[in-house]
Amino acid sequence: MIAAAAPAGSGFGGPVGFGEVALALLLVAVALAVSRWREVGLESDLTVATVRSFVQLLAVGYALDFVFRGHGGFTLVVLAVMIATASLTSGSRAADVPSARPIAAASITVAGAATLGVLLALRIVPLSSRVVVPIGSMIISSAMNTTSLVMSRLCHDLAFNRREVEARLALGQPSRQAARPWQRAALRTGMLPTVDQTKVVGLVALPGAMTGMILAGASPLAAIRLQLLVMYMLLGGNAFAALVSGELTLRRLFTPDHQLIRTLRRTRL
Amino acid sequence: MTALIEYRDVRVDGDDGPIVAGFSAAIPAGRLTVIIGPSGAGKTTLLRLLNRLDDPDAGTVSLAGLDVRTYDVLDLRRRVQVVGQVPVTFPGPVAANVGGDTAALLARVGLSPALADREADRLSVGEAQRMCLARSLALEPEVLALDEPTSALDTASKAGIEELILGLARSGLTVVMVTHDPRHTDLADHVVTVERLAPEDGR
Repeated sequence: MIAAAAPAGSGFGGPVGFGEVALALLLVAVALAVSRWREVGLESDLTVATVRSFVQLLAVGYALDFVFRGHGGFTLVVLAVMIATASLTSGSRAADVPSARPIAAASITVAGAATLGVLLALRIVPLSSRVVVPIGSMIISSAMNTTSLVMSRLCHDLAFNRREVEARLALGQPSRQAARPWQRAALRTGMLPTVDQTKVVGLVALPGAMTGMILAGASPLAAIRLQLLVMYMLLGGNAFAALVSGELTLRRLFTPDHQLIRTLRRTRL
Repeated sequence: MTALIEYRDVRVDGDDGPIVAGFSAAIPAGRLTVIIGPSGAGKTTLLRLLNRLDDPDAGTVSLAGLDVRTYDVLDLRRRVQVVGQVPVTFPGPVAANVGGDTAALLARVGLSPALADREADRLSVGEAQRMCLARSLALEPEVLALDEPTSALDTASKAGIEELILGLARSGLTVVMVTHDPRHTDLADHVVTVERLAPEDGR
């Protein structure tokens, strides 16, 4: 039982001990067995994933513990590392977009700063690293997904529909106007997953923040209040991310002379 | 014969070497010029340089004696209407696609004004081709450049479109038609021939 393992007055260590974690590896062994038995070929990926997750989270655990124990000044460093990693990841998802990484960095930074800014300015959340780091990480990872979706969708759609885009340009429409239907679709693609998750929240899956609080022993009513806050902030954060990434991507896919960039025109589809 | 459009030693690079290299030609005002050549000779690219959907990597294209790059690009594109090989219809009825005095424009390209309310994507290829011409004429261009305007059509529609194009040229419009069909040179006031580049050319 998880609760039984919780040491009194939880600090470092938390309610789950490393013994339990080691036992949970049995389930990884099940995955490995399935992979081998059915020739799925994921054994090495599973091993790498398991080892990586252990090392990464251990490092993050120590780092956060350090920050939360009176080194709140490092909060910005933690957020910056998260944004950098998210930008690299998102940027490589949309490799066809020129300057995909700077675009992702701008989009995720704006989403994170604006959303956290609103939460802090209205005193919805307290200015404490213990709150700002996890809240920020949720905004950043969600903004990362949105940014990847918007960049790759916009780039693909303009390349795929270039005949129509260029027909519009040939009639004298500015690039912004010529690309409008696809920019709209890309923003929609970027924002829709969060909207859908918000619609079915609690009915299909209990989301992370809420699950965590319940597992940690909080009352479900306290848990849903946090979850509502999280969902609403992600809706806003992703809207920022979609807006910024859509705008910046569009600017990189056309020249200042309202031409589709050559790489896009010559993409083989 | 004054040249309205002039290509001077134009080169356009593709991913695997030049698409067009060392191309020069003059296109007279108020006439029908046919640019003829085999597929892969860069004919479409030459039209794209006219309305600056593309720019040359070397050389210049000029309109009325000025490099096309000196014009406001959106203004240039309205003045030099380039109509693509495959007709592109936008969502919505024909009237919304064409704009302007739709009935008169449809009549000018030989379409029934009754088509104005038809959804553009329900037109036949031949009708769509004519509608695209009407949409371009709505902008009152100085130059109408057509990329293989008959290649997607059956024989009967081909003749109709050719007659229409000839009529537009006779009305004083500068018309440029790209084609690989040798018959079209008979219609032309002026013929420009382009060859496919040998692999070593311009490298």
